[in-house]
Formats: sequence, structure tokens, C-alpha cells
Amino acid sequence: MLFALAAILGLIALYIWYIYNDLVSSKMRVGEAWSQIDVQLKRRADLIPNLVETVKGYTKHEKKLLENITRARSALLSASSPKEKAQADNQLSGVLKSLFAVAENYPNLKANENFLQLQKELADTEDKVSFSRQHHNTMVMEYNTKLQMFPNALIAGKFNFRDKEYYEAKKEDRKKVEVKFGE
Amino acid sequence: MISIHSQIQANKMKTVMVMTIFMLFVVTVSYILGKSLGYGSSWIGLGLIISGIMSLVSYYYSDKMVLTLSGARLADRKKDFDLYTVTENIALSAGIPKPKVYVIEDSAPNAFATGRDPEHAVVCATRGLINKLSRRELEGVIAHEISHIQNFDIRLMAIVSIMVGVIALLSDWFSRSLWWGKRDRDDRSNISAVLFLMSIVLALIAPLVATLIQLAISRRREFLADASGALLTRNPDALASALQKISADKEVLEAATNATAHLYIVNPFKDKNFSAWFANLFNTHPPISERVKILTAM
Repeated sequence: MLFALAAILGLIALYIWYIYNDLVSSKMRVGEAWSQIDVQLKRRADLIPNLVETVKGYTKHEKKLLENITRARSALLSASSPKEKAQADNQLSGVLKSLFAVAENYPNLKANENFLQLQKELADTEDKVSFSRQHHNTMVMEYNTKLQMFPNALIAGKFNFRDKEYYEAKKEDRKKVEVKFGE
Repeated sequence: MISIHSQIQANKMKTVMVMTIFMLFVVTVSYILGKSLGYGSSWIGLGLIISGIMSLVSYYYSDKMVLTLSGARLADRKKDFDLYTVTENIALSAGIPKPKVYVIEDSAPNAFATGRDPEHAVVCATRGLINKLSRRELEGVIAHEISHIQNFDIRLMAIVSIMVGVIALLSDWFSRSLWWGKRDRDDRSNISAVLFLMSIVLALIAPLVATLIQLAISRRREFLADASGALLTRNPDALASALQKISADKEVLEAATNATAHLYIVNPFKDKNFSAWFANLFNTHPPISERVKILTAM
């Protein structure tokens, strides 16, 4: 009798142990996915000074626009929460879009090898941010679902596991890229 | 309209079903042939070992063998910017390390993936694919390939080919034993005539049936890779239009051989005249029209 009771308690302990570890690894995956977004945002920000320098050499009347870009870049670098970063990144996408529209007026700039390369790289980092965001959000959804489910919910509550935040940007973000660099 | 998730679920279920039927088939055939040969199960064991070794070798070296066979070279980030970065991006979306990227200098558009797990994955595309597809379409194709890797299709097909190999070996041994089987005379009275007849029939048709099941599994995995690829890009239409472009292209991929044909996203031989149901049984890939129909409905 006592033995059976001990066995049952042991099994329950094992089960809790398993759920706990599973939640921890889910949480780790979310963290890893988040740091991937961070890496890509950083990469994006790093391309900006080079772009500003290149554009400066060819344009005279776009000071204001370039200032806006530099400001959007520092806003992105100083943002900390997922929400702030998403907003800052959106902002940067917006001003970059107007820069590339303005570039149409400067044939020499448009023909510049460096500028073309940067344009390609920026489009690519935008894709990278969006794909990492997608992966991150999938991981967040998996984790948050696990937290809600029974009996995980009981254990999650005891050990202070909390819902993770989604990284959200405007839906039309993906489309913007396509328009901007139409082949 | 069927959601991508339930597509994936249904495809996985069907693979499990086909695999179960296949295992039962292999066990039954092996049992009957083994019994009739009069050597019992030791022959099945031997068949399993030989076939296993052959498949394991190809499983571990498949990436290198295939790449050598098709004359592929490592892609360069600067020169093959789109292919290289698209592969990086889809790997990000899938949450796996970036696979090695290779290019085949051939103007026929096609692509394949190989490697036994996500850590040893290889994605390979032809020059024609890179040139003829838009970046979004390229994403669709690469996502299909990376899905093969993520779904462990290379591993699955290796297991399947071990089983096909066992059947082939056993049938072969059985047929041979009929030729120089004088020694069996005394035993033969012990086995019933029915069992003996059954064995002859099985030895003749089992290898064919096994191959047909193998092809059915391969086609199922193509559907699955289409669906999970669409989940990676969230853009099934791009893959659909890529598939149409690839299949409409008239050029024949010279780098493909019979041994590597099943790996490609679209059958490189493109014998379009055989669209009948019967011919479809012998195809490694489902018809493009059906794949496109499912993708556009997602």
C-alpha cells in the first residue's frame, strides 16, 4: 500500500519534472528566436550610415530626409521592448521608402554600384527581419499555448512562467518591399 | 479550402498509413519467401543486414555523392546573392542552421535538397532557376526544399529503400534457388504446394509492388513539402507560379540521372505525354497541375 503510494507520488514528480523542463526549453526557443530578430535589426541599422554617406555625395536638397533616416536609426538602436522595436523598425522602413523614391530623381546615384548594393542588402535585411519575426511569433505561440494547457497551467503558475510578447509590425510590411524593388 | 496545418496533418497521417502497410507487406513477403526457401528467418536477417549496409552508406554519403554526380559547386554570396540570401532567410523562418548552398551551371530550372538532418543539409539550385524565377518564387522553391530537410524525408526514404532492398534480395535469392535447387527436392514435399506457388508469384511481383509503394510515399512527401514550405513563406501562390514556370520550361536538365531524378522539386525528365493515372503510379512526383491546384486553394 505504502509502496504503491510512493510509486504514484514518484510518477507525479517525474511528470512535473518533465513539464517543467519542456516549458524551460520552449522559453529558451522564444529567447533564441528573439535574439535572431535583434541580430537582423542591428544588421539593418549598421547599413544605414554607409547609405547616408553614399547618398550625401550625390544629393544636395535631401538634408532633412537624411536627418530623418539617421534619427530613425538611433530610435531603432535605443528601443528595448519588442513593441518599441517593431515600431522603430516600421518608422525606418517608411523613411527608407521615401529615400528610394527620391533617388529616382538622381540618375547618377541610381547608377552607383555602392548604392545598388546597399539597396539590395537593405531589401534583404527587411526580408530577414520579417522571416525571423515569423519564426519568433510561431515560437511565442507554441510557448503561450503550452502555458494555457492543462495541467501545464498549474505548474506554469507555480514556477512563474509568463506569456511572451509577440513581435508585431504592420501587415503590409512584406508588400512594401516588393513594390520598392520591383524587378 | 483546407488550411495549411490540416494539410500537413493529413499528409503525415497518410505517410504513417502507407508506411504501416509497407512494413506489413515486407514482413509477410519475407516470411513466405523465407519459409519456402526452407532456411527460415536467418535469410531475412541476412537480407536486412545487406540492404541496411547499402542504404546506410548512401544515407551518410548521399550529399557528397549527389553533388559530385550533378557537378554542383558551392554558391558565392556576392555572385549568387539571391539564392544565397533567400536560403539564409528561409532557414531563419524554419529556425534551422543555414544549409550549404550549391549551384549547378545548367540553364534548365530545377532544385533539390539532400543531407540526412538539418545539420548536414544541402540545398542546390540550377543557374536556370535563379535566372528565371523572381525572388519570391525562389523563396517558395527553397522553402519546399528546406521542408524536405525539416520533415526528415531523406531519412524516411532511406528507411524505405532498405525495405525495398530486402524484398529485392529475397526475391532474387528465391528465384535463384529454383534454378539450382535440386537439393531442395526432399524438403519440397514438406512445404505445401500452395505455399510454393505463392512464393513464385510473390518473388515475381513483390519487387514491383515494393517499388510502387516507395513511389507513393515519395509523392506523398512532395505534397507535404509543398504544404510546409507554404507555411514557411506564408506565400503558397509564389510556389505555385514557380512550379508552373519550371514545368512549362522546355529545357532538359542534363545534370540529372535516373539515380538523382527523384530528388528534384519537379521531375527533370518531364515526360508530359504520360499524364494518365497508370503512368502516375510510376512517378516520383505528383502531377504539377494537382500540386498547383492544392497550393492556390491554401
